[in-house]
Amino acid sequence: MSAAALSHDHLYILFNLVAKDFKVRYRNMSLGILWSLVNPIVMMVVLTFVFTVLFEQARKNFPLFLLLGLLPYNFFSLGWSTGTSSIIDNAPLIKRVPFWRELLPISVVLGNALHYVIQMVLFLGAVLWFTGFNLQWVWIPFLIVLQVVFVCGLSLISASLDVYYRDVRYVVESTNLILFWLCPIFYGMVDVDPSIRWVYELNPVSAVIYVMRRICLQALPPPVMTLAKIALVSFATLALGAYTFRRLKKNFADHL
Amino acid sequence: MTVIDLQKVSKRFLIHRKRQLATDRARRAKSTLEDFWALRDVSFQVEAGENVALVGGNGAGKSTLLGIVVGVITATSGEVRKVGRLGALLELGTGFHPDLSGQENIHLNASLLGFRRADVEREFDSIVDFAELSDFIEEPVRTYSSGMVARLAFSVAVHIDPDILIMDEVLSVGDKGFQEKCKKRIHDLAGQGKTLLFVSHQSAAVEALCPRTVWLEKGRVRLDGPTEEVVPLYEAAMTELSQIRDSAEVVQTRLAAGDDAD
Repeated sequence: MSAAALSHDHLYILFNLVAKDFKVRYRNMSLGILWSLVNPIVMMVVLTFVFTVLFEQARKNFPLFLLLGLLPYNFFSLGWSTGTSSIIDNAPLIKRVPFWRELLPISVVLGNALHYVIQMVLFLGAVLWFTGFNLQWVWIPFLIVLQVVFVCGLSLISASLDVYYRDVRYVVESTNLILFWLCPIFYGMVDVDPSIRWVYELNPVSAVIYVMRRICLQALPPPVMTLAKIALVSFATLALGAYTFRRLKKNFADHL
Repeated sequence: MTVIDLQKVSKRFLIHRKRQLATDRARRAKSTLEDFWALRDVSFQVEAGENVALVGGNGAGKSTLLGIVVGVITATSGEVRKVGRLGALLELGTGFHPDLSGQENIHLNASLLGFRRADVEREFDSIVDFAELSDFIEEPVRTYSSGMVARLAFSVAVHIDPDILIMDEVLSVGDKGFQEKCKKRIHDLAGQGKTLLFVSHQSAAVEALCPRTVWLEKGRVRLDGPTEEVVPLYEAAMTELSQIRDSAEVVQTRLAAGDDAD
């Protein structure tokens, strides 16, 4: 089988897996896809209340600023945690059907990315209303793709480890919780002490949030160095994930 | 041409065993790893177009062996070589989602089994017809009876058009009529020069479909030869085993009764 035919088959499986997750999630729900908007909006309202009514807030457009933190973070945390359990959740398939195992975590991450894209499109509609369009928006799809690469890489690592050590998913959950506070979601990169800002720049989630805000709220292009760091860390994570997963997938069936 | 070549294939599983000796505190609740060899030095070859049955009692290693041939299980040692497109049916309906319609499940299941999109679109109608589900194909699978699910799953699998078809105990599904239809379909595939490797507890099906039988016992090949020689010996051994079990049970019952009397 040629490499091209192989990848074509994989795309068909991937399409079916993503479609399955999407349909199963929203079938039998009267609000359907609107549910994916409820969580970020509720979070936004609560955080806006806390940080404008209870604490002082100097930023203008604070709700938009918040959503630009919440949406990328939500995609990251949901994509990573569901990606982590994707192999165990599909144990019967792993034990019976010999398809390319990498497709499971990847399809789950892509399913979450689909919601992320829908949320971003609706969000940009709101931005259009408040602040107007700017040319820097062309960077946004590019940033989303890098984030997908990063989350796929992380999920490949954690999903394969989770088969051997079921504790991994709890580590992922706790890490997500910690990252909610350590990513600039309800504060900005400028609030971070310059001496530790390099850590934030190496964390693709923080860096993407930072760049998204520059683009949407200030109409500034992403700093080249930040972009390069996001790309470097994301692709390095993907390479490590692909390597780990390939090493560990051979004995998945024995541990499920 | 040899299409399946197994050379000294062994498979070891590690079993976690919890020791719970309340008297021995040091060993209490200490779990250990224990080896269990599901397969030991299994070697055999299957030629293109050959139909081979695998028989053996529970725990003989049949399913493990099929899993290794299919590629879902990795052998601990030994070599496995396969030539050609492989269609595997290790359990009917794996990967079906109850909330999706029959149609959606056909696409999902078929893609996982190795179909291309064009194959599915071309074969779609004949898959539905074979499963006799034309009227229900838009309905979610959770509304199907178990027989309908099995029919759909079997129908998808036999339409893959593989060079090698591997099946684990899938002939016991559906009603009599559908079983006959399945057997006929497999017979047709065998007639088309497809290679068949299948596990079944139904000796009649084995005799009807496979000229050759491999008998596995405790992870080793006990006998490999023409079905008309292997199956009677296997059946005799099984009957003997169950007689031994029965008499052991009788002894146990008597002992228990004796205990009660004391």
